[in-house]
Amino acid sequence: MAKIIYTPLTSEVINDLRAGDRVLLNGIIYTGRDAAHKRLAELIEKGQKLPMDIKDQVIYYVGPCPAKPGQVIGSAGPTTSGRMDAYAPLLMDHGLRGMIGKGLRSQEVVDSIIKNKAVYFAAVGGAGALLAEAIKEAEVIAFPDLGAEAIYKLRVENFPVTVIIDSKGNDLYKSGKEKYKII
Amino acid sequence: MREINVEEITKTVEKLCIESNYYLPPDVKKALEDALDKEESPLGKEILSDILKNQEIARKKDVPICQDTGLTVIFLELGQEVRLVGGDLNQAIDEGVRRGYKNGYLRKSAVDDPFIERKNTGDNTPAIVHTKIVPGDKIKIILAPKGGGSENMSALGMLKPSDGIKGIKKFVLDTVEKAGSNPCPPIIVGIGIGGTIEKTTLIAKQALLRKVGEHNPNPKVAEFEKELLEEINKLGIGPQGFGGRTTALAVNIETFPAHIASMPVAINIQCHVARHQEAII
Repeated sequence: MAKIIYTPLTSEVINDLRAGDRVLLNGIIYTGRDAAHKRLAELIEKGQKLPMDIKDQVIYYVGPCPAKPGQVIGSAGPTTSGRMDAYAPLLMDHGLRGMIGKGLRSQEVVDSIIKNKAVYFAAVGGAGALLAEAIKEAEVIAFPDLGAEAIYKLRVENFPVTVIIDSKGNDLYKSGKEKYKII
Repeated sequence: MREINVEEITKTVEKLCIESNYYLPPDVKKALEDALDKEESPLGKEILSDILKNQEIARKKDVPICQDTGLTVIFLELGQEVRLVGGDLNQAIDEGVRRGYKNGYLRKSAVDDPFIERKNTGDNTPAIVHTKIVPGDKIKIILAPKGGGSENMSALGMLKPSDGIKGIKKFVLDTVEKAGSNPCPPIIVGIGIGGTIEKTTLIAKQALLRKVGEHNPNPKVAEFEKELLEEINKLGIGPQGFGGRTTALAVNIETFPAHIASMPVAINIQCHVARHQEAII
């Protein structure tokens, strides 16, 4: 059975999540991918205010398709997380608690997840049409010039994700593969 | 000579951009259904079932299967008895891409100036076009949008002839294992062996256009495809890298004669959203 959780993520919720758990996420999450991360990091380095408060928040690595008339958002599946590894520890040090993406993370990111008691979720890569159905509201709140790479504020209902790296550093990509490897 | 107005090409490219991004080919869907039956991991089964649900939603609602609607790769087979009129062929193709990505509400994923400004071109152009002149008076257009996540996990190896089958096998398994969850498994592995550096990568991409379940006509190559698929699925990576038996749906190899000193091998990785559509004018 999937665990139903709400943002912002409290320590209590995060402590209860284990690598391999299926989770249905509810509440506000923010989008951000390559170009937006670069800008967020630049703002932090210059000591300037971020366009949103990231304390205990979740960033979803996604660049959605444009919405068709009548749609809240176009297809919106995860992008490869590794490209955000250079920026993720900095954001976690400034309060970010959750990331949604797909694919492998660096050791620096894993260490930062443990240090900051954060969590890394994966959404199903390539399932953009399915995932868009769980997004109920979408609004661009920063960097509109970046188009699909702008930061959106999303309200999600039962958005399906899987815990990949939990706050203890357990990694489903390692344990899952070990379990099914045939030598 | 048969005259074809390039506007026909624009219209066809527009249609193919939209259809390829909305409708998963039936052979890929069937391969995913077969994988769901065979998958042993409960989590892997859930993921495969989500992937199948996703393509169903895309088909019913006419929306993109995946938000990464790719760079637009086009294989154009131009009959030598065709005379093109009405404008520039390459401009006509790009106009088709421009219209397709706008009217289909597809994401524009092309950036100009790839290592300095990386500014979005705004209309997904330019298309990547491979043109071949063939006998006849028709034009065949195969359009395959290619996502970045799986393309980034692809690899080229200038292997030595002495590396042999064993060397190729190691290169393929190492590449797939290193890619892990990044290219959105289950994947399709397109492999080019032989030719020159550009030829081997081109045939690796062409290998991805083959139907899942079909093999290379050379029985020895077909045997190697089956062996590689089996070995890849022993790695345990599984659907989305969560662990399981379905890491790849197919391994497709294309070969070309090589230089006496060379054995280039290109591995082009394709995610489960293996999109391609074709039309004949």
